[in-house]
Parts: sequence; C-alpha cells; structure tokens
Amino acid sequence: MLLIECPFCGPRAEVEFRCSGEGHIARPETPENISDEAWADYVYMRTNPKGLHFERWMHQHGCRRWFCVARDTVTHKIRAIYKLGEAKPALDEPKTEGEGA
Amino acid sequence: MPERYLRQSALAHLGLESRAVDDPGDAGLVLCERAHLGKVGLRGDAGDKGFLDAVAKELGFALPLRPNTVAAGEDVTAFWLGPNEWLLAVIPYEGTPLAEDLDKALTGLHAGATVLTDSRTVIGVSGPAARDVLAKGCPLDLHPSAFPSGSCAQSLLAKADVLIYLHEDGGRFDLYVPRSYADYLWRWLEDAGAEYGVAVSGD
Ligand SMILES: [Zn+2]
Repeated sequence: MLLIECPFCGPRAEVEFRCSGEGHIARPETPENISDEAWADYVYMRTNPKGLHFERWMHQHGCRRWFCVARDTVTHKIRAIYKLGEAKPALDEPKTEGEGA
Repeated sequence: MPERYLRQSALAHLGLESRAVDDPGDAGLVLCERAHLGKVGLRGDAGDKGFLDAVAKELGFALPLRPNTVAAGEDVTAFWLGPNEWLLAVIPYEGTPLAEDLDKALTGLHAGATVLTDSRTVIGVSGPAARDVLAKGCPLDLHPSAFPSGSCAQSLLAKADVLIYLHEDGGRFDLYVPRSYADYLWRWLEDAGAEYGVAVSGD
C-alpha cells in the first residue's frame, strides 16, 4: 500500500486514489482538421515507458480533485506530485539494474 | 423536497427507535442515526475574498480553509471537502432557506449553494470501542495524534464513501454516508462492533 500525498488533503492511502494513465496529453485544438491517424494517436496511443512516467491521478474517495504524479513504473516509487497546469518537474531517469550507484 | 409527512430517513426500515436505549450499559459501540439533518453543498473560490466575505456574513462565521478542518456556528457546521468545496450541516432540518439565502448572497460570483439534505444520512458512532471499530474498515490514521477532535476527512469505510467527523469534545464520530450505502454501512458497523457489544441510542 502506498501513502500518497494528495496536494489538497495530505497523505492518504492508495485505495482512495485512481490512476488515470499518462498525463500532459493535450487535446487537438481543431479535431475536425486533423487526420484519422493523428486523432487515433491522441485517443489511443500512450508511451508506456519502463521507468519514469508522468501520470494523472484523482483523489476519488477524498477531495475528488485531479493532480499529477511522476512515478517509476518499475519500482512504483513516486518521484514527484504536482498540480494540474504545472510544468513537468525535471527528474533524472532512474538508473536501470546493473548500472551501479 | 418531499412533503414532511412522507419523509423517511435512510434507515427508517430498521426500526431503530424501538431499539434505542437511554443507558448503553457496557456496550463498546453505540450507534444512532441522526436523521434529517439539513445539508447544503457549497462551491466557490477560496481565493476570492468577495466569496469568503459573503459566506461569512451569511453564516456568521468564516469557512474553514485548512484541509480536513471544520468551523461551526450555533446551527450550522461547515466541513472542508476540498480547495473549493464545503458541506454545511444545518440544524434543524430545513436547509433550503440557508441555501436560498446563500445563493442570493453569492449572486454575481462564480459560486453556488445546493440543497443536499436527503442525499446522505448521518450515523453517529460512539463508545469506548468506536475508534477500533472504524479502524477495521478505514484506511485513515484515526489515532488522536493524527485525527484529533474537531477533524473531518472524506475517505472509505468498508469500501463505502464517507465523510468522517470527530466532534470537538471527542465523544462521537459522525459518518456522513450516501443514502444508498446507509443500510449496508449500518449492518457492517453492527457486525464489526459485535465483539465489543453494540447498543443503539436516540439521535
Ligand atoms: Zn485530496
């Protein structure tokens, strides 16, 4: 169980939250003018990285507010939590196994 | 709003009045339904002084702005739910005039007050085992050092969404639970409290 720091309520248990996938994906401004491929890319395609991932989370059973989480998909470690509209924090890619400290 | 004579609390079918006792004896858990408490949902920008002033003037006290805190006047208790959302619990039941008065006071502002009275009921939980029983199904840290008297928090209890409020005197938790979960949560509480002994008290 993770203890997640809601930017509004403070530290709460993971079961109160929902992860809603990759963040920082902007809706195309003029969907009527883009190709089907570009629309499909917006709707369906996600990066699915191994390592650092920038995600949208929601405090579903608490204040019901959205916020952003930078999480390591290998270790499940949360690297940063910030509010919607704020820029991605500058974070190093985590070192992969065997690279040493 | 339903006519008064048709109004039924969410737990009316359990016949709690017939089980209510004045003296809970050595029961570890004491439950009651605080039926028909008026409730008003309030939304507005906590950074807007005009909004805060208008509400404070109407309520007679300032809204709580710190997370998980509560402010109260004589007849109204205001719970912090989020950075721009509060729940007002109103005694007596008639929450509608307050919502209307607030709506009038908030005219022209990006804010609103909505009557939510019958959306939730309130289950009062007290007795020496109250904290232990709640801890069985709630991920919040309910230790007095983390959840002192006068705190409120929205969380889960036995997977049901609840707003938990510990009264200022520390004597009772109030669980604000959506109407459709109320029967389930009441039965869960009776089951979870069985090992300590359960009594039902009046409102
Ligand atoms: Zn929250």
